[in-house]
Amino acid sequence: MAKILVVDDSASMRQMVEFTLKEAGHQVMVAEDGQAALGLAKGSGADLVITDVNMPNMDGITLIRELRNLPTYKFTPILTLTTESTTEKKMEGKDAGATGWIVKPFNPEKLLATVNKVLG
Amino acid sequence: MAIDIGQFVQTFFEESFEGLDVMEAGLLALQPGAAADLEQINTIFRAAHSIKGGSGTFGFQDVTRFTHLMETLLDGMREGRMSVTGEAVNTLLESVDCLREMLVAARENAQIDDARVQELRERLTQLLERKDTASAGESEPAAAAAPPPVQASGWRIAFRPHPQLMHSGNDPVRMFRELAELGELAVRLDASQLPRLAELKPEDCYLAWELELLGAAPREAVADVFAWVEGDCELSIEPLAEAPAAPAEVADSTAKPPPAGPAAGPATGEEGGQQGELLLERRKGEDRRRGDRRTSMTSVDSGSIRVGIDKVDAVINLVGELVTTQSMLSALGEDFDMSRIDKLHEALDQLDRNTRMLPVSSVFSRFPRMVHDISGKLGKQIELRINGEQTELDKTVIEKIGDPLVHLIRNSLDHGLETPDERARADKPETGVITLDAYHKSGSIFIEVGDDGRGLNREALLRKGLDNGLLRAGEDYSDEQIYELIFHPGLSTAKQISDVSGRGVGMDVVRRNIQDVGGSIQIASRPGKGTRITICLPLTLAILDGQLVSIGQDCYIIPLLSIIESVQIRAGEVNRIPGRGEILRFRGQPLPILRLYEMFGAEGAVTDLEKGLLVVVEADGRQVGLFVDDLQGQQQVSIKSLEKNFRRVAGVAGATILGDGRVGLILDISGLIRTNNAAI
Repeated sequence: MAKILVVDDSASMRQMVEFTLKEAGHQVMVAEDGQAALGLAKGSGADLVITDVNMPNMDGITLIRELRNLPTYKFTPILTLTTESTTEKKMEGKDAGATGWIVKPFNPEKLLATVNKVLG
Repeated sequence: MAIDIGQFVQTFFEESFEGLDVMEAGLLALQPGAAADLEQINTIFRAAHSIKGGSGTFGFQDVTRFTHLMETLLDGMREGRMSVTGEAVNTLLESVDCLREMLVAARENAQIDDARVQELRERLTQLLERKDTASAGESEPAAAAAPPPVQASGWRIAFRPHPQLMHSGNDPVRMFRELAELGELAVRLDASQLPRLAELKPEDCYLAWELELLGAAPREAVADVFAWVEGDCELSIEPLAEAPAAPAEVADSTAKPPPAGPAAGPATGEEGGQQGELLLERRKGEDRRRGDRRTSMTSVDSGSIRVGIDKVDAVINLVGELVTTQSMLSALGEDFDMSRIDKLHEALDQLDRNTRMLPVSSVFSRFPRMVHDISGKLGKQIELRINGEQTELDKTVIEKIGDPLVHLIRNSLDHGLETPDERARADKPETGVITLDAYHKSGSIFIEVGDDGRGLNREALLRKGLDNGLLRAGEDYSDEQIYELIFHPGLSTAKQISDVSGRGVGMDVVRRNIQDVGGSIQIASRPGKGTRITICLPLTLAILDGQLVSIGQDCYIIPLLSIIESVQIRAGEVNRIPGRGEILRFRGQPLPILRLYEMFGAEGAVTDLEKGLLVVVEADGRQVGLFVDDLQGQQQVSIKSLEKNFRRVAGVAGATILGDGRVGLILDISGLIRTNNAAI
């Protein structure tokens, strides 16, 4: 069981990811934008962060950069949720320090497979 | 593990419709040709992006493909590759409409107009191709030109991470574990680059590996394991069988020679520099957007929850029960301490009212689009200014005021505001202004629709009123009395008036709709300056403060708000005027008397005017005296619909259960006054 922080401004996406991860026995924290996520992340540790890229207030790219500046999140796996299958968009997240990405649309099985890939 | 994601579809639809509203409002606020408002475009983009992401996940592929085109266009605008033209904005607006229909159809499993979707797809594609063929090409996620699968007995993988690889949260050990699931894995470590302990940076990666994976795993599966570290390492994947013992061939074009030291080579360094600059650019953009947000944000998103209306109704019923029980208890004895239950009741009531409250923005949000579309058609320049859209109103009231407001704004658009030429001649700015204000004042909600147009034509209305016999020649009428005529059914439906005065058709219906939700409407106008219509609405419809009155054996409730005062009639004060009924001279004005016991056929009631009481009530600016036996207490009553449980009764707004368990009818004051007028 891991502690996972899920960040997405879309409620349906958030619910879906949260539900799937909880079903798999993980502990889940959710935030609706980067700013809220950063607050949560600072308050308690997470074993994995899954974040959308396009969000109001603070987007996913900024969130990743901020997280990587925190000592406790230096090596924490961070996955971006992206609809872009083009290299350019994926790389934007990587350049900010993301570990990898999950391309939308995805089904619960694919989500869990990807999550298991980064949880040591 | 099978997980049903169907349960989230409803949320997806709700947030998508909200997203469409956001897109529409954003598009309307864009100024074609002007410098692109980045924050605005970003907001629109994000909404489109969320719909695209969600629709794919929940299996609405048509929506995904359609939204992708919109999103690509918006992305182009956002990055300055495409210009924000009027055509592009209009196409996007139409696409928003189309998308809304697609989503409705998806929710209801209905058919959609494929031709329309196709037409808009083509128009969007054309817009995209005009400026930028590259991004249009992205429209279908390219299934990377993969080489034909090679049948190999396994793969030889040379993996040499750059020192920074671990900084992205990647870990070679996890990757090897994943590879091991694809087949039999042999790992050989190359630690030759490991520096002496004194020079070792603990967070860097100095190791490299040679791996051999035996098995039938396809090349893509192997490449996939390393997809996230592309650019963070030197990597070559070669089939084992094809190159049995020819190390020279291993170093094909994709594999660079292993670096001699930690410096990964000039190319990568430069790339890093460029990326740094790009990030810096983005940062600046974000800072600007944040700055804009502070100044230009008019609607602050408030955190909200969605509650099913059935649940809210359940709470309302409970509160109703509580109110009933409370009055029963208080009937038990004066000495019973009611403060606890009073407090509980207040808290519940507040919660319940709050839950039912919605911001008026849910109605107002449709008007920018309407004004945009209609002013274009009429060739008028019109600006819509909205204030107070966060003001909250009961959901039932919100649902009822939409149509009247549409009507009022249309009137301002069609008739109230002049064409730019006319305005110029009248020394007014060419752009006309329609204002829509909502605010809370002394327990009521006010909504004002104003324009700075030509105003009502007093002379024409006066003439029409005289012609119709509604006004009497020679009498002096105030402006208010004359403007009031536009609400008169006989006048307002007359075609001529709407041509001459600029207002008319259906204003009586507007007023009736407002009255149906317990509101009132007033008009003010100045020739050449404009017209302002003020609607006053009750905060909630579920509970009202009532005055209990007795008529015979029965108890009736008069809404406290409509009561002016109660008086006793003395002998000789009442005149019987043929055709107008009984009139009391009350404070210098004639006051019609309505004998309620006659209306409701109550038995055993007081019939002698001097022995009962007259309750003077007012609605829609008219007063009437309601004759009752006596006054009883005042109390809050929860309104139950009579229509739903019995049938509509003229003069009765609803029913409630009284403290002693009896049913009390709540009087509909405007209805009574209307009936009374019609009877004369």
